[in-house]
Amino acid sequence: MDNDRIDQIIDKHQGEASSLIQVLLEIQSENHWLPKEVLKRVSKSLSVPLTRILHIATFYKAFSLVPKGRHEVHICMGTACHVRGAMRILDTVEEAIGIKPGETDLDLKFSLETVNCLGCCALGPVMEIDGKTHGKMAPAATADILKKYE
Amino acid sequence: MSKIKTPAELEEFRKEILSKRDPDKPCITLCSGSACHASGSHEVAVSLEEELKKQGLSDRVDIRRTGCHGFCERGPIIVIYPQEICYLQVAPGDVPEIISQTIQEKKVIERLLCTDPGISEKIIHESEIPFYKYQERLIFGSNGSIDPKSMDDYLAIGGYSALAKALFEMTAGEVLEEVKKSNLRGRGGGGFPAGRKWEGSKNAPDPIKYVIVNADEGDPGAYMDRALLEGNPHSILEGLMLGAYAIGSSEGYFYVRQEYPLAVENINLAIKLAEEYGLLGKNILGSGFDFKVFVHQGAGAFVCGESTALMTSLEGRVGEPRPKYTRSNLRGLWNRPTVLNNVETWANVPLIINKGADWFTHIGTESSKGTKIFSLVGKITNTGLVEVPMGMPLKDIIYKIGGGIPNGKKFKAVQTGGPSGGCLPEELLDLEVGFDELTRVGSMMGSGGMIVMDEDTCMVDVARYFIAFLTDESCGKCVPCREGLRQMLKILTNITKGKGKEGDLELLEELSETAKEAALCALGKSAPNPFLSTLRYFRDEYEAHIKEKRCPALSCKELISFYIDPAKCKACMICARKCPADAIAGAKKTIHVIDQEKCTKCGTCLEVCPSRFGAVKKISGEPVPSSIPEEERIIIKKSKKNE
Repeated sequence: MDNDRIDQIIDKHQGEASSLIQVLLEIQSENHWLPKEVLKRVSKSLSVPLTRILHIATFYKAFSLVPKGRHEVHICMGTACHVRGAMRILDTVEEAIGIKPGETDLDLKFSLETVNCLGCCALGPVMEIDGKTHGKMAPAATADILKKYE
Repeated sequence: MSKIKTPAELEEFRKEILSKRDPDKPCITLCSGSACHASGSHEVAVSLEEELKKQGLSDRVDIRRTGCHGFCERGPIIVIYPQEICYLQVAPGDVPEIISQTIQEKKVIERLLCTDPGISEKIIHESEIPFYKYQERLIFGSNGSIDPKSMDDYLAIGGYSALAKALFEMTAGEVLEEVKKSNLRGRGGGGFPAGRKWEGSKNAPDPIKYVIVNADEGDPGAYMDRALLEGNPHSILEGLMLGAYAIGSSEGYFYVRQEYPLAVENINLAIKLAEEYGLLGKNILGSGFDFKVFVHQGAGAFVCGESTALMTSLEGRVGEPRPKYTRSNLRGLWNRPTVLNNVETWANVPLIINKGADWFTHIGTESSKGTKIFSLVGKITNTGLVEVPMGMPLKDIIYKIGGGIPNGKKFKAVQTGGPSGGCLPEELLDLEVGFDELTRVGSMMGSGGMIVMDEDTCMVDVARYFIAFLTDESCGKCVPCREGLRQMLKILTNITKGKGKEGDLELLEELSETAKEAALCALGKSAPNPFLSTLRYFRDEYEAHIKEKRCPALSCKELISFYIDPAKCKACMICARKCPADAIAGAKKTIHVIDQEKCTKCGTCLEVCPSRFGAVKKISGEPVPSSIPEEERIIIKKSKKNE
């Protein structure tokens, strides 16, 4: 991510320190993670100490300080999905791609995250890959879906 | 679009919109809420457009892509007006038939209608489907008839008339009085009377005041705010403006969860449209009332649903709550008087102003007025969003509207109030829903999650689940929540793993007591509720886990085993092929055996074993029977004579 783009995002939010979270969210959504250089740039432009930025970047779940895989797999752990067997979905996905929630595999192919509720409770258990919702999952079906992603 | 400058112009404009609409012109409404979207409503919309074009009907039929209708279980949903024919689970392949049969020839397609297991007849009209029939959809009803991206649609159903009425026929004090009189209570969790909250801010001397929509819907299993934000954003905006007018604020915020991209999009569009129409900004409708509104996205922190944490987060800092020695309606955002209400609370306000507090107080119970939207999810036949008058018994919601428990299973509990709420057993199904009624039995209203659990759900595991959720979401500021919940989670996890011991329950109760008394915010204070309520109503399950190392619901992985009954196994190979862990030994005509060492207990074998065989068993609290010797595993087909 180049400096011009970062400045553009900051300008869009009128360079106000109170919009720090909104700025970081936008960078996260474009770049999929927050590299140190980018955070330094934000710190300088908004005149916010880097410690405070890191406090925020580690507090909120939307931010990542490490690179993400090409495909982001989200397993919904909401209550409705939980009672319909989300744990078993998570187990089989972990088995299939060999990583735990919060991790990214070495080929940077998949990142696995658990999320608390995607608001598609009627379709539970739900697995979301790159924003596409796969509803009514069965453990036996997860591997086939994951195979479709390169 | 030129700005609307007076209330008369608004009415004129509304008449114009209505006069252009022919009530007899066929209109196909298609649910495009998040759940229906995930089940393919976008593809249906595309083929609807193509098919209308192909059959040369594009000008004669309207298509309206609406927000969530609520019956998410059977999406994508289509309702065809004026006849109100409702088709469920529509696929793109059904579209040509819908156009040629229903639109052209006025014939109903039986196959796509709703079937209710109770009655043999198929149901044609949406409002006659039991799921809808027993609801009272005051807030949520408009979702099905308007396109959330269209201002004209909202105006056509009387949108912004409450705002015009308030600005020109009522003083700010009168608006406040009306809301106070309506006894509207906060729909986000606490149930605090909105009018009293507003009054505090109104009377505060500071000239700068703020209003906030709390749309950080974090409760797992609750998504009614999402459906309102996505499906009827203007109603929330109008409510917010009424609140701002009542307390004398000119600046408002929507704090929306980042996980809800469509909600963010629709709210932003609603604000933009309202500005273009002159319903938002400076000198609204010529009344002299100014109001601007901003949208902030959350960044994924459950605690930010707590009012003070949300305000800190809005200021661009880490969302940690503060002690409420001074309430935020006196000193909130940037230390100014701030009124924060939940999405659904705001959406109630235009109705109260339009129809009056007397009408509103007519609905509901003594202490809980109006309706409440619940998200009826979990082990329930009709999953979806339901809006019912306060005071409806739980039983009616679960059985009449929800259609009961699927797959012939037995009801065990219903969990209300999200992570701060509790689990209620069958004995309490006659309970009438309301703020105080639910609190009295150890649960709470919360934001309206209603998660139904059947006999397969382990209550110890449910308590562990919620404590795990809250441990993860605790901001870490105060010790009782940060450390106390962590210890509770450790003990509960041990119990579900069969490592529970005498004295665990007493220790958990002690930790609960401390968190309840000493935690800083509502998250910590109410965190023990899921444990305490399950202990109160399902103590036997805790004891079975601790004393017998048995999970009565056959759910806790460490306490169960899967086993293939050799007498029933037909050696069909299905389970062996599907087993993701390759833990099943066997071949054609050789009885299958699960290698307990390799088994990950995913349950796939149990699911795929044909029900006519029913060979796979789940057991708990007893040893797995030793497998039969290999030479006896061969199945020799019995000849007909022997039978």
